Amino acid sequence: MAYRETATVISKDKIAGDVYDIWFETEKIAQEAVPGQFVLVYSKDKARLLPRPISVCLTEGNKLRLVFRAVGEGTKEFSEFETGDKVEIQGPVGHGYDLSNKKKALIFGGGIGIPPMLNLAKELDCEKQIVLGYRDELFLNEEFEKYGQVYIATEDGSCGTKGNVLNAVDELGLDADVLYACGPMPMLRAIKNYAIAHDKEAYISLEEKMACGMGACLSCVCKSKEVDGHSKVKNKRVCTEGPVFDAREVEI
Amino acid sequence: MAEANMKINIAGIEWKNPVTVASGTFGSGMEFSQFFDLSKLGAITTKGVAITPWEGNPTPRMAETRGGMLNAIGLQNPGLDTFIERDVDFLKAYDTVKIVNVCGHSEEEYVEAVERLATVDDVDMLEINISCPNVKEGGIAFGTQPEAARKITEAVKKVAKQPVIMKLSPNVTSIADMARACEAGGADALSLINTITGMKIDVNRRTFAIANKTGGMSGPAVKPVAVRMVYEVAHATSLPIIGMGGIASAYDALEFIMAGATAVSVGTANFNDPFTTLKVIDGIRQFMEEKGIKDLAEIRGCVG
Ligand SMILES: Cc1cc2nc3c(=O)[nH]c(=O)nc-3n(C[C@H](O)[C@H](O)[C@H](O)COP(=O)(O)OP(=O)(O)OC[C@H]3O[C@@H](n4cnc5c(N)ncnc54)[C@H](O)[C@@H]3O)c2cc1C
Ligand SMILES: Cc1cc2nc3c(=O)[nH]c(=O)nc-3n(C[C@H](O)[C@H](O)[C@H](O)COP(=O)(O)O)c2cc1C
Ligand code: FES
Repeated sequence: MAYRETATVISKDKIAGDVYDIWFETEKIAQEAVPGQFVLVYSKDKARLLPRPISVCLTEGNKLRLVFRAVGEGTKEFSEFETGDKVEIQGPVGHGYDLSNKKKALIFGGGIGIPPMLNLAKELDCEKQIVLGYRDELFLNEEFEKYGQVYIATEDGSCGTKGNVLNAVDELGLDADVLYACGPMPMLRAIKNYAIAHDKEAYISLEEKMACGMGACLSCVCKSKEVDGHSKVKNKRVCTEGPVFDAREVEI
Repeated sequence: MAEANMKINIAGIEWKNPVTVASGTFGSGMEFSQFFDLSKLGAITTKGVAITPWEGNPTPRMAETRGGMLNAIGLQNPGLDTFIERDVDFLKAYDTVKIVNVCGHSEEEYVEAVERLATVDDVDMLEINISCPNVKEGGIAFGTQPEAARKITEAVKKVAKQPVIMKLSPNVTSIADMARACEAGGADALSLINTITGMKIDVNRRTFAIANKTGGMSGPAVKPVAVRMVYEVAHATSLPIIGMGGIASAYDALEFIMAGATAVSVGTANFNDPFTTLKVIDGIRQFMEEKGIKDLAEIRGCVG
């Protein structure tokens, strides 16, 4: 069940180069959101009609935290929000992570795929190791330490393992039964292949361009291995059946 | 204050108000039903459906543009069997007119779909999307040649049980000729406009923003083109018109009605606000009450 709300900006911080951290006060959205779900944020400039999907980074009662990178017109507008601003949002949207797992977990976050993993790391009740991959500048890494052992990989080698999250796994000899990942497509592909090669369960969060953000327009599909029960073709809606998928059920 | 009569009648089917949704922007209403009671709509128009499931186009399938968007979904649909079992069944619970939008790759596919739908109760009207690629004619849409449009209208009308709305593409030299061709073929009503073919290039990636290269443009940015076309069609035929293209407010809808439309559809604006249709319905009622308009016929085509 998704809600349309006018949320209020409680605080805004810049936590890295172009990365912003905003807390909103919501009516129901924060209470109902689970890890892996996202919300739709609408521009005040109505020439930008379509919502921007942003993952739930954390919730606290009726407070919702979004962490995003300002990459284009819409997210630049959001980066200029001020405390007290009223913002149209809709959600929570999508199918999040299954939290029933009790087996040893490896949580991977890459770049701007890191924020949603904070909520997962907080809510998942099992032994957890967390591997965060950055280009160079770190953000949110200290907050993850509350929830598990944190390992870092940076492309430029300025912190932790030089390279990507799987380089860190190799270098440090990390191992677990279940993998969770959100990040750029090459990383997700590598983790899917790793999971298959090592016979592990893996759950990955996908991105696709969205128009309705609620399952009605069929803009946001990904390719599925089997015929999907809703679409009756090998397409699944990232906004509805996803964004979190079993890595084995999607072709990426 | 005048009691506003919002009822309209298209080809013998009464709608409680003149507002429906544009095909493809509302699914079959399931997702929107979490936000409001679908019975408040004059009609529900479903996403295009064909006799067999269609995969649609590769992604990205859409790109935002200023005041609008491009889409190339490629008419992904689950096929008529699932559609009838699941979607038509879902819609039964709602007290509103049900319009099924039909697509096909060939005349035979359209005819087969319409024949199949003739046996289905709870479908009140058919909307025939003739902007689909005609595989037999090398991918050219039925919707761009008057003769092809007349033929397909005739073929569909022969087997249809429900009134037939022919949906016109704006990507033509003369929309009036297309409208007259559908009228000659026996259409009961017309709807327009479908999307306008456009293109967006992602400068950073140095390639097309959508995988299909071109996409159909919709949203507020297309409204003036749509209003002009509704006006031309209203003057070219005597068929009732369902007007659409960029409607996001009651005033937008009223423009179409004053240009000659009997009803209107809200499409892309649903993506900005799922409650847009309700706001349009309330806004039209309020306008009628404030201006002492008792029946929409008083302002339909009033611009002359
Ligand atoms: C499920 C999901 C969760 C996401 N979570 C986050 C998050 O927590 N933090 C964050 O920084 N970003 C997140 N993103 C990416 C974010 O939605 C885009 O960066 C944002 O839409 C860009 O909008 P813009 O107007 O700034 O950019 P523009 O490039 O100007 O946007 C133009 C259009 O493309 C769409 N678009 C552009 N990039 C993306 C993208 N990567 N994915 C989907 N649509 C895109 C926009 O929504 C808009 O419709 C998420 C995307 C998805 C699909
Ligand atoms: C995502 C999307 C999907 C669409 N799918 C269909 C379709 O299946 N059949 C059809 O006849 N028109 C389809 N259309 C066209 C709309 O019904 C409508 O004619 C057009 O978008 C103009 O109205 P608007 O500006 O209010 O959206 C689609 C439009 C969009 C944006
Ligand atoms: S964005 Fe419309 S179906 Fe996913």
